[in-house]
Amino acid sequence: MSPRSLFDKIWDAHIVRAETPDTPATMYVDLHLVHEVTSPQAFAELEDRGLKVRRPDRTLATIDHSTPTLPFKAGSPPPYATDAAAAQVETLYANTARHGIELNGWESEHRGVVHVIGPELGATQPGMTIVCGDSHTATHGAFGALAFGIGTTEVGHVLATQCLLQRKPKSMRVHVTGRPGPNTSAKDIILAIIAKIGVDGGTGHVIEYSGEAITALDMEGRMTLCNMSIEAGARAGLVAPDEKTVAFLDGRKRTPQGAEWDQAVARWRELYTDEGAHFDSEVVVDVEGLRPMITWGTAPDTAIALNDAVPAYRNDSDRKAADYMRVAAGETVSGQKVNRVFIGSCTNSRISDLRAAANIMRGRAISPGVTALVVPGSVWVKAQAEEEGLDKVFKAAGAEWREAGCSMCIAMNGDKGAPGELIVSTSNRNFEGRQGPGVRTMLASPAVAAASAVTGRVTDPAKLKEAEYA
Amino acid sequence: MPETFPIRSRTFNLAGENIDTDQIIPARFLTTTSRTGLGRFAFHDWRFDASGSPRPGSPLSGFDASGASILVAGRNFGCGSSREHAPWALLDYGFRAVISCEIADIFRSNAARNGLLPIVAPEAAHQWLLDNPGAEVEIDLEATRVHISGGPGFDFDIEPFARHCLLSGNDPMGYLLDQADEIRQFEEAAA
Ligand code: SF4
Repeated sequence: MSPRSLFDKIWDAHIVRAETPDTPATMYVDLHLVHEVTSPQAFAELEDRGLKVRRPDRTLATIDHSTPTLPFKAGSPPPYATDAAAAQVETLYANTARHGIELNGWESEHRGVVHVIGPELGATQPGMTIVCGDSHTATHGAFGALAFGIGTTEVGHVLATQCLLQRKPKSMRVHVTGRPGPNTSAKDIILAIIAKIGVDGGTGHVIEYSGEAITALDMEGRMTLCNMSIEAGARAGLVAPDEKTVAFLDGRKRTPQGAEWDQAVARWRELYTDEGAHFDSEVVVDVEGLRPMITWGTAPDTAIALNDAVPAYRNDSDRKAADYMRVAAGETVSGQKVNRVFIGSCTNSRISDLRAAANIMRGRAISPGVTALVVPGSVWVKAQAEEEGLDKVFKAAGAEWREAGCSMCIAMNGDKGAPGELIVSTSNRNFEGRQGPGVRTMLASPAVAAASAVTGRVTDPAKLKEAEYA
Repeated sequence: MPETFPIRSRTFNLAGENIDTDQIIPARFLTTTSRTGLGRFAFHDWRFDASGSPRPGSPLSGFDASGASILVAGRNFGCGSSREHAPWALLDYGFRAVISCEIADIFRSNAARNGLLPIVAPEAAHQWLLDNPGAEVEIDLEATRVHISGGPGFDFDIEPFARHCLLSGNDPMGYLLDQADEIRQFEEAAA
């Protein structure tokens, strides 16, 4: 057999009916993740047609987008922003109960952002096909799974048949060399990659990330990396599994046990790209000495090193974006006054992210006038952070420590900024109005977000230390 | 879903690049359990200010669905989230097709599935359409060809199965359900 990429291997292993010129392939789905926002219309369609969910055991649901993050007393109703949000969550409760699907709802210790809980439960495993009505499903590619977002009609297809109609996407290798500089993380690497290939650089492709800078990342870093593949237009992003992958999954709730575990690990070791495998396109990105990154515009490819100037505008869209963001070519964004800081989202709400933010905030106070929201990715992450005392660090600094959820990443649960405000956010989208109408969003790592909360200005963590020791 | 092809209409232009699905329908309107009636939220924050009053000079002012139901948009239209609410909102607002030189993947398949034709045009034809707002266009789905009155017509690609379903009224769900035996065999072999 000719050499195959990791993506080819996973694809080949999941084809129920092969692609023809007239018809797409029928692709089997190993794991279907479901949340409250993109599923109600799909369940309604099953209802209309009198269909059952084919594999409730391969379906896993949680509530994250519409759920409030304000604390509330057990037994009292959650403080939903709107009746519609409450109704949407109740609809998922009813649909999952009717079809026998596991729902990690309010009572679950694994409730949280859908892309955080899949790996944390060990439901996400190498070699799987994973889909969800959510574009950041690519996160799960960190484990060497083929994971991508689908629309609601397709959610219905997968519920009813456990299959998806798909043409095989093209493949792209992003090879990342070098050692990033101090105070950087996976977030800075992916922002640098997107800045290089552009918001449409990956359109139509599945990206495999490789190279020393990628293998050096821990699993949480790889999740941050793969998460933002869609911000480069790609369907999916993945990283070949290695010992770190195996160690991460060992002993989790949904991973195989005993002899089955050994068999699974043996299978996972076959999941790599063969020497000489074909890619439709290949890019090399060097991150040697990379500095902390931030976006200046309203698309994720407008990332620059924090102390660099905003580049000359490429086109009208750039000029419009700069006007909206109140920045200008030739000026740095470093030092801009910040109104809010958001630390959370499926990009950066795992324990390592919270540790990075806490390391900056420890023993410091956030700037008066700045509201900082720290929102753990799941109930489980929250509990672990509290065990480590991170919640106390955040609260002592003056930040708000919230319940798990998507929160201000998408601003549909009531957590949002006011028009004109500048938010330094660890999430993945800086689109106009994403965090509330008229809000300006700058994307950055947890360390940069925390440093900016402390000074009230867009700040490089290195500068923060210099200022104090000066 | 619109039933009739070809589509003959004038174009309406939104020239900006990277118009994402958060612009097409802001996330706070996604707390719905229905797929109908979303047109009132289409481009909501471009059309209305924070108090809900219409914005003078909105890029959508002057849009008239009865006369101009073909949207010509800048590069990378529909990027961002996978929300199918985006094509649902555009259809309900009155659009029947989107033409750009590049359309984001998930939006493209969501749109085709709902009968909002996603048409990727060659750069030159796309530029011509951007330069000539209100052009008279016919989209022939059968022949996969776009005719532009006074401008450069072109052939377009659409996933053949999506095209077949749109033209014949066939249903992808039914096509998948018919494969139940093959799916069962696949599951047994994989177990
Ligand atoms: S955290 Fe943000 S990007 Fe992630 S699933 Fe939630 S809304 Fe989507």
